[in-house]
Amino acid sequence: MRCRESDFEKISDGVSRRDFLKVCTATAVYMGLPASLGPKIAKAATAAKKRPPVIWLSAQECTGCVETLLRTTHPTLEHLILDLISLDYSETLNTGAGHQAEEYRAKSIEENKGKFILVADGSIPVKDGGIYCKIAGKPVLEILKETAPKAAAVISLGSCASWGGVPSAEPNPTGATPVYKILEGTGIPVINIPGCPPNGYNFLSTVLYYVTFAKLPELDDKLRPKFAYGRLIHENCERRAHFDAGRFAEQFGDEGHLKGYCLYKLGCKGPETYNNCSTLGFNDLGTWPVNTGHPCFGCSEEGVGFNVPLHTPAEVKNVTPNAVQTPVSVDHGGGMSTGAVALAAGVAGAVIGAGTVAVKKVGEEEKKQD
Amino acid sequence: MKIKRRDFLKGAAGCGVLAAVGQPAFAEAKKKERLPGALGFLYDSTLCIGCQACMVGCKKANEMPVESSDLLPIWENPRDLSAKTLNIIKKFESGTGTNKDQEIDGFAYIKRQCMHCVDPGCVSACPVSAMRKDPDTGVVTYNKDACIGCRYCQVACPFNIPKFQWDSAFPQIVKCQLCSHLMPKGEIAACCSSCPTGASLYGPTTELLAEAKRRSQMDPGKYYDFPVSSIDSGKTFSQKAASYVPHIYGENEVGGTQVIMLAGVPFSKLGLPELPEKSYAATAENIQHTLYKGMIAPIVLLAGLFYFVNRSQKDKD
Repeated sequence: MRCRESDFEKISDGVSRRDFLKVCTATAVYMGLPASLGPKIAKAATAAKKRPPVIWLSAQECTGCVETLLRTTHPTLEHLILDLISLDYSETLNTGAGHQAEEYRAKSIEENKGKFILVADGSIPVKDGGIYCKIAGKPVLEILKETAPKAAAVISLGSCASWGGVPSAEPNPTGATPVYKILEGTGIPVINIPGCPPNGYNFLSTVLYYVTFAKLPELDDKLRPKFAYGRLIHENCERRAHFDAGRFAEQFGDEGHLKGYCLYKLGCKGPETYNNCSTLGFNDLGTWPVNTGHPCFGCSEEGVGFNVPLHTPAEVKNVTPNAVQTPVSVDHGGGMSTGAVALAAGVAGAVIGAGTVAVKKVGEEEKKQD
Repeated sequence: MKIKRRDFLKGAAGCGVLAAVGQPAFAEAKKKERLPGALGFLYDSTLCIGCQACMVGCKKANEMPVESSDLLPIWENPRDLSAKTLNIIKKFESGTGTNKDQEIDGFAYIKRQCMHCVDPGCVSACPVSAMRKDPDTGVVTYNKDACIGCRYCQVACPFNIPKFQWDSAFPQIVKCQLCSHLMPKGEIAACCSSCPTGASLYGPTTELLAEAKRRSQMDPGKYYDFPVSSIDSGKTFSQKAASYVPHIYGENEVGGTQVIMLAGVPFSKLGLPELPEKSYAATAENIQHTLYKGMIAPIVLLAGLFYFVNRSQKDKD
């Protein structure tokens, strides 16, 4: 599985073989795969005759999900869309516009039928026939229903596409619906990558996993890749030790807050949000909300972000007792050890013996006196 | 010496007087009322997440040493209340142990510490008033300078709370005193101030009892506001009400306690004893106070003894 220099001839200027391998190894590590798989990912990303085509559909969204991808640096966005994948359509990043872009989308879909990855960000309005979000005069609901059956897999990027997000919050005027619900029953594989925004590397890792192994990563019951959403933020939080020791910031700017104590009492939703923010961080600096002193607000968790007030304390999940926690009834002591019994018996014997001798002597003394 | 028929009857009559004096007094057991300023806390097992922050807070506030069991000596992990641990969170587990606050295949937490009884057995049993119930707050406190180390308080406590420093050359009794040393500073008990979910809620017992009754009326599964830290803190958080067992532990147990508890599984499963409504202290004191009432019984007994001794001496002469 060794890479040859010739593999990298296909890569545009400015990316050395070394840099590229670094990217692929880092990607493998994010997914919890062995670092040795880096070269395999590199080969898959370059060896394919054609880069994996990607169609990016935007519905009711704020472009935050695209923005988060723009902030990724390994690989950089240009490297991603020009070298690793073939981004055939994206409203934010298209060079062309209008009919030209639409035509190219239709062409790419036909050419890559069953092979392209469909990325959808934003929720889909279904109320009143989906008229609240149209692209080129066509409701995005229809576009999705036409496009999705031709895709190899659909990636719902961001909370809006994954479970509804902001547009689905009460009273949900547009009937905002997550992508997987619209495609329910069609058998089209859907992966949810929730977050507001999601971490760009969670998206990238999923895409590269698919490119490398030609299958989807392992998903949980909410269709999220387990490598990223398998654990609660709380479990790996850098402030977790403060939680365990009962050290809490009571309000913004108080002593505990300045000292970096746990933000649970300020409404941190880390204990009920499944994501890898606490280990991966954002913007290549490892920074994330809790790191800057603001409680997690559960943006990626259905029913938490945009649904529960910001400073309402979270319902802590996984509160099962630990293995060594004291049970209700405890056995005290183990009785006397054999050594202790022997020692006690010895002492008692000595006392009895001494007593007997003393009594005898006293008796003899008395006899003498008589 | 032979006991004559006449003497035997005299003695029997004396015993009858004793019984007659004693009998009505045993019946009129006076129940001690809750003090109007009684302080305590409400522990709600269904809100407890087992984080043990209260144990850490308690150790810090009372300057207690870390205690580890042999299982994991690197981790604060006491096996029970001890002379180094005034407060402990214990677990109840059954079957698969996956469902919170369920008796079958579930788990639950319980906090153990001094219950601050309305009529404490330890105070009653203490021969030197080293154990004292504060006349205002009702907190049961310990005075090491008065203590003679008899450990009667340990025997008298129905909850097995006072602990003795067996490993010390000058041992003391150790028990939760509701952080009464923090009260002058205007602070509340450390276990309540460090509790993140409001499972331990500090406040006047009367208000806490009202809060406990409010909770037991809640519809399970619906969201309600629960106060955090202390009942008058003004901080609340919205939480799904659990289904409580219809029992407020400490409302009536041994004459009532100032610490009261709510739980989702029966308290007997959580290791709390099933206790009568009448306090043991009241029963014991009634017997004692009746026997010595007006010193009548001892005087009668003494007189009887004098009589018999006198008789026997006469016989010898």
